[in-house]
Amino acid sequence: MEERTYPVPFPTKVNILRGDPDEMPNGETEIPSSTTVRKAKMATRSTDVPIGPSSPTEDVLPAHLTPDDRVGLLRAMLLMRSIEERAMNLYRQGKVPGSFYDGFGQEAVSVGATWAMAPADRLCVLHRDLGAHLVRGVTPAAILSQYMGREAGITSGRDGNVHFGDHRTGCVGMVSMLPDMMLVAAGMAMAFKLRGEQRCALTWFGDGSTSRGDFHEAMNWAGVQNLPVIFVLENNQFAYSTPLHQQFAVNPVERAAGYGFPGVSVDGNDAEALFEATRQARERAIGGGGPTLIEAVTMRMHGHGAHDDMKYVPKALVEEWRKKDPIDRQSARVAALGVDVEALRAEVRAQVDEAAKVALAGPMPDPATVTDRVFHPHDGEEILLQDGLAPWSGFGATKPATS
Amino acid sequence: MTEMTYLRAISDGLRTEMRVDERVLLMGEDIGVYGGAFKVTDGFIEEFGPDRVMDTPLAESGIVGTAVGAAVVGLRPVCEMQFADFVSCGFDQIVNVAGKMLYRQGLPVNITVRLPSGGGFSGGPYHSQNPEAWFMHAPGLKVVAPSTAEDAKGMIIASIRDPNPVIYMEHKNLYRRIKGEVPEGSYETPFTARTAREGTDLVVIAYGGMVHTALEATHDLDGASIMVLDLRSLVPLDEQAILDAVRLCSKVVIVDEANQTCAAGAQVSALIAQYAFEDLDGPVVRVASPDVPIPFSPPLEGAVLPSVDRVREACRQLLEY
Repeated sequence: MEERTYPVPFPTKVNILRGDPDEMPNGETEIPSSTTVRKAKMATRSTDVPIGPSSPTEDVLPAHLTPDDRVGLLRAMLLMRSIEERAMNLYRQGKVPGSFYDGFGQEAVSVGATWAMAPADRLCVLHRDLGAHLVRGVTPAAILSQYMGREAGITSGRDGNVHFGDHRTGCVGMVSMLPDMMLVAAGMAMAFKLRGEQRCALTWFGDGSTSRGDFHEAMNWAGVQNLPVIFVLENNQFAYSTPLHQQFAVNPVERAAGYGFPGVSVDGNDAEALFEATRQARERAIGGGGPTLIEAVTMRMHGHGAHDDMKYVPKALVEEWRKKDPIDRQSARVAALGVDVEALRAEVRAQVDEAAKVALAGPMPDPATVTDRVFHPHDGEEILLQDGLAPWSGFGATKPATS
Repeated sequence: MTEMTYLRAISDGLRTEMRVDERVLLMGEDIGVYGGAFKVTDGFIEEFGPDRVMDTPLAESGIVGTAVGAAVVGLRPVCEMQFADFVSCGFDQIVNVAGKMLYRQGLPVNITVRLPSGGGFSGGPYHSQNPEAWFMHAPGLKVVAPSTAEDAKGMIIASIRDPNPVIYMEHKNLYRRIKGEVPEGSYETPFTARTAREGTDLVVIAYGGMVHTALEATHDLDGASIMVLDLRSLVPLDEQAILDAVRLCSKVVIVDEANQTCAAGAQVSALIAQYAFEDLDGPVVRVASPDVPIPFSPPLEGAVLPSVDRVREACRQLLEY
């Protein structure tokens, strides 16, 4: 059989991380101690899934995070978990209509990545990424109101649960057809690039999403146009009940090479690793270096929704991942800084208690308004995404946005 | 006023708006260097450059999805589907992302999606469709279908300026066949119906390419006074103009080039049945393509698309009712 050779279209841009520090994008060799980069292993059975590094990385203060940042990351994750636990209780009490979807165990993915984003950056947020909304400045009361279909919810009851984005925080809410928002994020990045702005867009999507055409269209588009966009693949091992080996034959992070840009795999249960990978990707993006695919390897610790008993997941697998809880990990780091983590937990719980009171006291939407806002009245009012909070100290902020 | 073809009028509208609004960019397959499959954007890349006349990858979902993203951060993208038929590949982004964004989170999506539609030249099942009804059924989308050169320009400008997603149907069979006087400069044609010809004995309601079929079929029909109402916009639908016309004429023929089931004409028919029943002197008559894919071979395609003869015969029978 005749051997064929193919031209390499972007020889200088292809730079895939394969666990080798010398191959960092932009020639960076620095690997912060909290960032673990590795080559993802392809799962062949549902019990044989990549579960990240087996031992916690040595804790040295990362170069780009102050102690306040580390506390802020923990606080945002605690807040996310506390809100979702409260919402699950409200669901069981019949106060949350429909079903309820949470990101228990995946808090590091949204909180860590969002921590690296600037006010003028734009985000398209997935359903297990409540932490992104919190970091950008959405209030817990607005979120609980949203879950309960109240007027004060982000969508005023137009959409449910985690299907929301508060445009005042620079975020666009997801739609259920995954990963549609990859293209929307690419389009935002395209606009930034066309206008010569130093901004980038970021979106999350799951392992199941990589099977759909919009994944390919967005990856290809971003590669062709070298867009300032960050794609965060939230690999939580299951798409509803479907395990990885029934989803793809090649680990999607390796596909990035086929689109001409780097793919990196990080421990998705380490908020600081997510932060660092995103920070580097953002630096590349706004420096004209183009897109990055970040695979955050994590585990969906609850069912797809509150209605899902998750019987298809081996118990041992869940137990193994429970030991890697992202909040426990960050709590240990923060405690080592001398911070009273229990006091922080109590403070967050009190904040959520108060938010729940506010949300429960709020009215349901008026059915007479149901046809409002299908169309913009074309009255000259222009509504665009606005800047969100960006609490990372690197942007000059010192106060965590979630306080 | 300058006389130009329907196609040139669309180009003129796009160019006029791009000159006054730098947020407007065109996105599509082969629209830049090549000037578009039908040459609507011929010469644009020379004037506006490749960033604003963007040759995209062959990816309709990508075109619409990235346009949505660009729109919510302040651009005004105009997407060209090379053929209306190909919009099926971008359907999800239009219907689920663009159409519902404002309702769900108060964020308008100012995009225009141009759909070169319609048959009559042996384009076959994938280059001849009229998919406007798909989008009429999806909340949050405006759907317009101009039939004259003047309206083609005024409605593309109005579509770009409208803060909502607008599906702009442009009938390929009108591109070079229809000419008309077009005003200079910038103007907007409202999304309302237009009386293409006055009349009192019967009204033919049509839009897009079928307006011309209706005019030709009825310009001298046994001396009857026949009105032709050009809908111009399907969403919003000018219900008042439709009901007024029916009350005036009492007999109505509705012509769609699209496949008949659940087509725009079906909605018009239902409207009349509910609100103008007492004003009718005969059944509501529809002429549309039967529910078959649009075939390739000329005699087969001719048997499917509503012809001048079919429309004339339908009017004649209704007049005699």
